[in-house]
Amino acid sequence: MDQFLQQLLNGVTLGSLYALIAVGYTVVYGIVQLINFAHGEVFMIGAFGSLATWTLFFKGQTGLWVLPFMIIGAVLASVAVALLLERVAYRPLRNAPRLAPLITAIGISVFLQEAVRLFYPGAKSALPFPQIDLVTGAAFQVGGITVRRSAIFVIGALVVCAVLLWFFINRTKMGRGMLAVSQDPDTARLMGINVDRIIAVAFAIGAALAGVAGVAQGLQNSNIDFFIGFMAGLKAFTAAVLGGIGNIYGAVVGGLVLGVVEAMAVQFIPGTFGGSPWKDVWAFVLLIVVLVFRPQGLMGARVVDRA
Amino acid sequence: MQQRSIVRLGVPLAVAALALSACGSRDAGTSSTAAGTKTVKIGVIAPLSGGLSALGLGIKNSVALAVKQANDSNAIAGWKFEVAAEDDEAKPETGKNAATKLSSDDAVLGVVGTLNSSVAQSTVPVLAAANIAQVSPANTNPSLTQGADAAAKKRPYANYFRTCTTDAVQGPFAAQYLLSVGIKSVATIHDKKTYGQGLVDAFTAEFTKGGGTVVAAETIGEQDKDFSAVISKIKPSAPAAIYYGGEYPQAGPLSQQMKSQGLSVPLMGGDGIFDPKYIELAGATANTDLATSVGAPTESTEAGKKFLEQYKAAGYAEPAAAYGGYAYDAAKAIIEAAKTALKDAKDVKSARTAELTALGKVSFDGVTGKVAFDEFGDTTSKVLTVYKVDGGKWIAAKTDTFK
Repeated sequence: MDQFLQQLLNGVTLGSLYALIAVGYTVVYGIVQLINFAHGEVFMIGAFGSLATWTLFFKGQTGLWVLPFMIIGAVLASVAVALLLERVAYRPLRNAPRLAPLITAIGISVFLQEAVRLFYPGAKSALPFPQIDLVTGAAFQVGGITVRRSAIFVIGALVVCAVLLWFFINRTKMGRGMLAVSQDPDTARLMGINVDRIIAVAFAIGAALAGVAGVAQGLQNSNIDFFIGFMAGLKAFTAAVLGGIGNIYGAVVGGLVLGVVEAMAVQFIPGTFGGSPWKDVWAFVLLIVVLVFRPQGLMGARVVDRA
Repeated sequence: MQQRSIVRLGVPLAVAALALSACGSRDAGTSSTAAGTKTVKIGVIAPLSGGLSALGLGIKNSVALAVKQANDSNAIAGWKFEVAAEDDEAKPETGKNAATKLSSDDAVLGVVGTLNSSVAQSTVPVLAAANIAQVSPANTNPSLTQGADAAAKKRPYANYFRTCTTDAVQGPFAAQYLLSVGIKSVATIHDKKTYGQGLVDAFTAEFTKGGGTVVAAETIGEQDKDFSAVISKIKPSAPAAIYYGGEYPQAGPLSQQMKSQGLSVPLMGGDGIFDPKYIELAGATANTDLATSVGAPTESTEAGKKFLEQYKAAGYAEPAAAYGGYAYDAAKAIIEAAKTALKDAKDVKSARTAELTALGKVSFDGVTGKVAFDEFGDTTSKVLTVYKVDGGKWIAAKTDTFK
């Protein structure tokens, strides 16, 4: 039983990370029907942004007070890159055939990876992420379960971000504007909503959450490299589809389910098909099974009705 | 039509150019100096540029030192040694080109190199075709000397030798070390690659034979970053150490995550984790982690110290690095064998076969220990060292001969 709860915790932690990234896929998809494959790289930029903030201004500091600055640094870096991408690469292609922005996104993804690899000092191999007091260090023992400090940070970050996001979408004018654009951009424009601005905001929100996820990944895994965005982006995209792409709550649920399935597969599937290398296989098997019976995903596409 | 005629013209031109260039190098090959002494070249194939160049340049300089000493002492009357160094950029394709270039030079008797086993796999066949000996100071992949099938050992190339020992003894050596310090229960993890799996298999066999128990055997994926599920699975079996087969990009974070999840036991690995970068990635909790690496630290022996002094006195720009002593011994082995091979030879090319036979029989005390080769071309000295992380550095914990 302890083992089950332990792996459940591991899975929820991993799933929270996926969920934070998955929201970015789903928000952008809900509004412009674009699968932004460069979003994994926005997450990676966030991680490097926080590392750069630490290296430039707080090198050697390990106090908890540094963490908010690192999060701000991460969010600034990822939001800036996402807005630039939207303006330079996606806006000119808004009315182009659906495939053009998709291929562009893949191209940008490679571009960002290589840019970081070549120009971030030392990024050709993995870089250690700073250890912060209270957030990293010895784990807590709760009964038979080991709770890593970074796990509390990751899960906490998801909860805070989810609450803020709910509040933003349902209680602010801008958020309601987003809902309107996702339902019908042309009518929304006629109603006086600045559609370009709403789209930019959608990119920024996704990027901000990805930036937080970047910090979480660094703390959780103790190191980052230029390639982390690829696998994390793929998993987060899977999570978004699993939950129902276009549905923000679906992305959160999808991420958590995916994380838990991976952890459980490592623990409870015995023999040749078990163990860590097979966890991705089981994650994608789950995706296929869900899509066969529920093509709209676990939660369906509630925010957008055209997907 | 236009294009096709260019092709028609181009092909003979290219062929002609190749033929001419081949002639050119042949002319250069039989060069002899004015004093009547003939020139024999020792090639070097190593990464002289790029990320591994620190190791490569150490190899090149050490060979140059051995060659200089041989010339100063007039080791073989009537012959003068020269170094022909080629850069392989740690890439098999570039290494193959370097080997091709050296094998077209008739004055080349033997080659010291390469650093990487993967590069050796593409240089050895090229040099074998010309009967040129290759002596590596650093390749640890067992298949280079014993063939791909470990159960049925068969030497693939008669021209390949090495002065360092192989991965096949690293795992068992690690097992013996852990048993000797009283660790009887170990969990193994590997990354499913040839190197990692080979290490863990060899380790497990020796460890269980010596009375130890492998309480959990797990694997991880090459792209994995988060090892928490695997660590949680291992933790209840309470191993006293983890033996990891793989390289430092995964091993460093794995060690860090293990310890932050309360599994505070040493992680041990092979030379794939024996790198300063491992400690950087594993962080402050890396203390007491262990690694095996081939050979003894050069500065730990009398002969090694003397070599380092001579190296320093010769004034090379780069340090001898990890494989300098092995490269020096490799060059010495080639020179030693040349004493018999070149004695009555009229040119280098005709002496190559005799050189291979003579290399198989060399036996002298080098700076890294006794230099002699067994029937596969492996060194007979099986000296390894266990290193331990202490205060952010790898410190040699125990050097011993594998039995």
